[in-house]
Amino acid sequence: MIDAIFAHLPILLIVLPLMAAPCCVLVGNGRAAYLLALVVSFAAFACSVAMLGETLQHHVVRYELGNWSPPYGIEYRVDIFSGFVMAFVSGIGAIVLVYAPLSVRDEIPASKHYLFYATYLLCMTGLLGMCVTGDLFNVFVFLEISSLSSYALISLGRTRRAPLAAFQYLILGSIGATFILIGIGLLYQMTGTLNMADIAARVPHEHGPRTVLVAFAFLTVGLCVKMAVFPLHTWLPNAYTYAPSVVTCFIAATATKVSVYAFVRLIFGIITPGFAFDVLPLDTELMLFSLVGIFIASIAAIYQNNVKRLLAYSSVAQIGYMLLGISMATPTGLSAGIVHMFNHALIKGGLFMVAGCFALRLGSVQLSDWKGAGRTMPLTAIAWAIGGLALIGVPMTAGFISKWLLLTSAFETGRWPIAVLMLVSSLLAVVYVWKVVETLFFSEPSEAAAGATEAPLRMLIPTYLLIGATLLFGVWTPYSAGIARQAAIVLLGGTP
Amino acid sequence: MSPDHLIWISLALPLLAVGLIVLFGKSPDLRDGASGTVAGLLLIVVASLSIGVFSGKRPEWHLGEMLPGFEIAFRVEPLGMLFALVASGLWILTTAYAVGYMRGHHEIHQTRFFACFAIAIFAALSAAFSANLFTLFVAYEVMTISTYPLVTHHGTDEAKRGGRIYLGILLSTSIAFFMLAIVWTWSLAGTLDFQLGGILSTAVAENRISQTGLGVLIGLFTFGIGKAALMPFHRWLPAAMVAPTPVSALLHAVAVVKVGVFSVMKVCVYIFGLELLRETGVSLYLAYVAGFTLVVASLVAMTKDNLKARLAYSTIGQLAYITLGAMLATPNSVIGGGMHIAMHAVGKITLFFCAGAIYVAAHKKNISDMEGLGRKMPFTFAAFLIASVSIIGLPPGGGAWSKWFLALGTVETHQYLLTAALMVSSLLNIAYLVPIPMRAFMKPSKSEDESESETGNWFSNMQEAPAMCVVPLCVTAIGSVVLFFAAQWIYQALLPITAMPS
Amino acid sequence: MTFESIAGLYNYWVVIFLMMTGFYIVLARKNLIKSVIGLNIFQTSVFLLYITMGKVEHGTAPIVPPAIAEQQSHASHGVGENAHAAIEHADEAHEVVHEVAHEVALTVADHGGELAHASTEIIYSNPLPSVLMLTAIVVGIATTALALALVVRIREDYGTVDEELILELDRGE
Repeated sequence: MIDAIFAHLPILLIVLPLMAAPCCVLVGNGRAAYLLALVVSFAAFACSVAMLGETLQHHVVRYELGNWSPPYGIEYRVDIFSGFVMAFVSGIGAIVLVYAPLSVRDEIPASKHYLFYATYLLCMTGLLGMCVTGDLFNVFVFLEISSLSSYALISLGRTRRAPLAAFQYLILGSIGATFILIGIGLLYQMTGTLNMADIAARVPHEHGPRTVLVAFAFLTVGLCVKMAVFPLHTWLPNAYTYAPSVVTCFIAATATKVSVYAFVRLIFGIITPGFAFDVLPLDTELMLFSLVGIFIASIAAIYQNNVKRLLAYSSVAQIGYMLLGISMATPTGLSAGIVHMFNHALIKGGLFMVAGCFALRLGSVQLSDWKGAGRTMPLTAIAWAIGGLALIGVPMTAGFISKWLLLTSAFETGRWPIAVLMLVSSLLAVVYVWKVVETLFFSEPSEAAAGATEAPLRMLIPTYLLIGATLLFGVWTPYSAGIARQAAIVLLGGTP
Repeated sequence: MSPDHLIWISLALPLLAVGLIVLFGKSPDLRDGASGTVAGLLLIVVASLSIGVFSGKRPEWHLGEMLPGFEIAFRVEPLGMLFALVASGLWILTTAYAVGYMRGHHEIHQTRFFACFAIAIFAALSAAFSANLFTLFVAYEVMTISTYPLVTHHGTDEAKRGGRIYLGILLSTSIAFFMLAIVWTWSLAGTLDFQLGGILSTAVAENRISQTGLGVLIGLFTFGIGKAALMPFHRWLPAAMVAPTPVSALLHAVAVVKVGVFSVMKVCVYIFGLELLRETGVSLYLAYVAGFTLVVASLVAMTKDNLKARLAYSTIGQLAYITLGAMLATPNSVIGGGMHIAMHAVGKITLFFCAGAIYVAAHKKNISDMEGLGRKMPFTFAAFLIASVSIIGLPPGGGAWSKWFLALGTVETHQYLLTAALMVSSLLNIAYLVPIPMRAFMKPSKSEDESESETGNWFSNMQEAPAMCVVPLCVTAIGSVVLFFAAQWIYQALLPITAMPS
Repeated sequence: MTFESIAGLYNYWVVIFLMMTGFYIVLARKNLIKSVIGLNIFQTSVFLLYITMGKVEHGTAPIVPPAIAEQQSHASHGVGENAHAAIEHADEAHEVVHEVAHEVALTVADHGGELAHASTEIIYSNPLPSVLMLTAIVVGIATTALALALVVRIREDYGTVDEELILELDRGE
């Protein structure tokens, strides 16, 4: 029995939330739907952790869908990298659900609760599916599943701007997805197959024909929209700002990371890094856009008065750090990028949870309403301070680990100007994080803050789970940086 | 008990103190008692550790790798040992003093205050014992963060502004310069371990870094270690004076600033190696920056009427002495710098204690208001005078020896301009320190209640601060004299760090 | 590039024309409904791109005529059977299957199944792109439906579907 379950882990991971979503709709009751979603998300988390364990032992776990052998059938193919991403995506998905009910009750009309949880599960399905599948077209399908559900989730926001933000995201996201579809089509035209490993074996590398170039260009641009790489990030600030708090927590922590995953897969799994970085100058371009993005987005974050928007701009900047690491294409650089995906998911998830706690108690995410809230809600405010320090990259926090790896990889490849710029840019993070810290602790309490009480434990505990994890993974890294390094080595064609 | 165990015990004790302080937060007596007891235990542990270290042992303790190749490890050598002794010894006195001060002042958030304090001590010890740059950096940053709540303790707008400058300068220099320098060093040497004779000589021999490169690297280190308060990155120190006085005393005379100069010395001795610095002369320009800093800081100190601000600028100047010693990189100058860490710590903490005691007893912050106060607070001002003598560098103050060795260093390297700077600065020290106790004793008081204070014997006229404040400052004042006679011992202890690697 | 090669690729020209038209409408139109329509045109062009690449010259719909299917099942079990058997024993003969599989896939894609059945000599088009597009069409419909639903809500809240007016309303807040 156990063996049978283990043999079918990859598909279970997808089927569980996928099937649970319509069940949520069928039960039609918010509370029951919540319980179902909670159980399923933890089951998915357990599955993905089990699978990560498998991949650490065997490097690759294959699963042939319907017993059709690849490249005809769809193959699910999980290696250390995908196992790692899946584990933290499903883990954060589960923790956010623990956090969710009070915030959802506050922000979303009761009649829509069961639909909310159903959509949430669908979004999770899509994200996990993108990681698990080894079939390129399947990636597109799962991408659309996750995107469509996230548009719907965002539109549930309290204000009338939420549907508009969702609509803008939908338009840009669909264009991005369609670009990806075009790219997939062109690659299929060249190779006659959709299996990623198979494409990698067949795509002409050295002086690839123009079709491959065009395909690669379309895929890159499409994924960059989804990753919110500067200057294709315009959908992100509004979407994060106006979405319900819970949705922002989940999407900010996972959605862009999974797109980064797909991008890494594209470069290292389909097109070789030799093609992307040596034949094409993609590395220089990525670094340029990342650095410009880091600076502009960080500066933009400094001037925000809406905390969720501030964090959103910071997310755009942080994506830049991940891409910087990836574009180094060395084991250290790539593992820095990968581990930053994880660390940033923890940090940003935690910070948005803090924002959600304040939103619940103060009814606003405007900085002016948060004044002095550190006095009445000290635990929540301290969580912000810790998360903020991690975002800056202070030692003993997870952010430091990724920053340190990035720095060492920049020096390893002799790109010290990048190291300098990176460090300078993290000073900007000090400014925008500290602006909020000072408002929380050193201002006369605003009306809302003066009457506020500490956030409920049911929200504080999951928040501190993530914030605590940023501290834990700041000093103990075998399961963050260690796994990321193994994943990077496998991606670069070595054996860990 | 083996010395290796003593390392982790001495690191664990401050953390234990944090736990106890938070646990006993509700009952102040129990909390402060626990804090003091742990401080006493710590001194015993550190002292017993020092016996082994000064007799040539180098105990080690490896906590584990934080990242592959980057280890959190501790290895005790004489310089760190001296610093740890100073920090843990003064912690006891500061705890006693802080209890008196904080209660006398009815300060709020005392639990948070003492907890952050203990964390800062933990960070100081970790830095002192660190076996590699990575550990040192982590400890350095932990200290920055843990002292921020102390600086902004009052929560006023002024505290907020001060805290902003404090954190802004310390965090940004450490991230932008210090961290960069560490990673650069790592890429050159392939290791970050502190080794006698330095770890960069191979890279230099293989021409992987030019002279200019070396100069830039040591500049990144020296300015990146913002806690050393070398101009132009000194503004945080005066800004941090908004903190309650015990904080200024321990953190801005001992722990924080001394971690700064200690790190600078450690980098010079164990990363670059004195020989390399002397041969290439790349650090000489920093010696001049330090010389400039010590003269200018003394000049600025003279213009300050607020006592704590004057002491802050005095600290900046005195720190520059130590940096100067490290940058000259001769055995005498390095020993002088190392000695000055101890001498200045004991002297300056006395001065800060006095400033706090004056504030508690007489609510006076400005020097011009202190005339005639000496008759009311004779112990405080006597201690002030003794400590001033030590800071200035006159016998029988401990500072005489350290400044002597530093001056020797400048002469040995034929940097007579720097010798002159040292002398001028010492004169300026006299000018801004000595008049304070002199005017307090000699000049008549300006206040109206003078008439009544003139009656009766001198003892009944005394309006000293609480005993918890006065006793520690007397102890440290005596300490700065004792150090004058103990200098030989410190010299012997520090001698191994100037040795050539065998 | 001769005129013939340009004209011969007319289906691609159509695709590109539609693609650019759709893209332009999405970006340039401020009316939300029109952006949705533009998005639809854009997506449709991609459907055409896929279908056009699946078409093999002189190929017929990839459905085996009933007569031949019958004949096959009686007479030679030929290639199909072999491949099927091989797949069944995939574990033992993994490599072989891979090779055979690629052969078949490639030939189907490139030459329209010359190898398919020597006896029948029927050329089939590649069915896979059309199948993919079925999925993509479903996705497109879902996107359109969701977009229109959002537009309805926006219109309820703002009373207009003009993006510029909406932004002005937001600024006025």
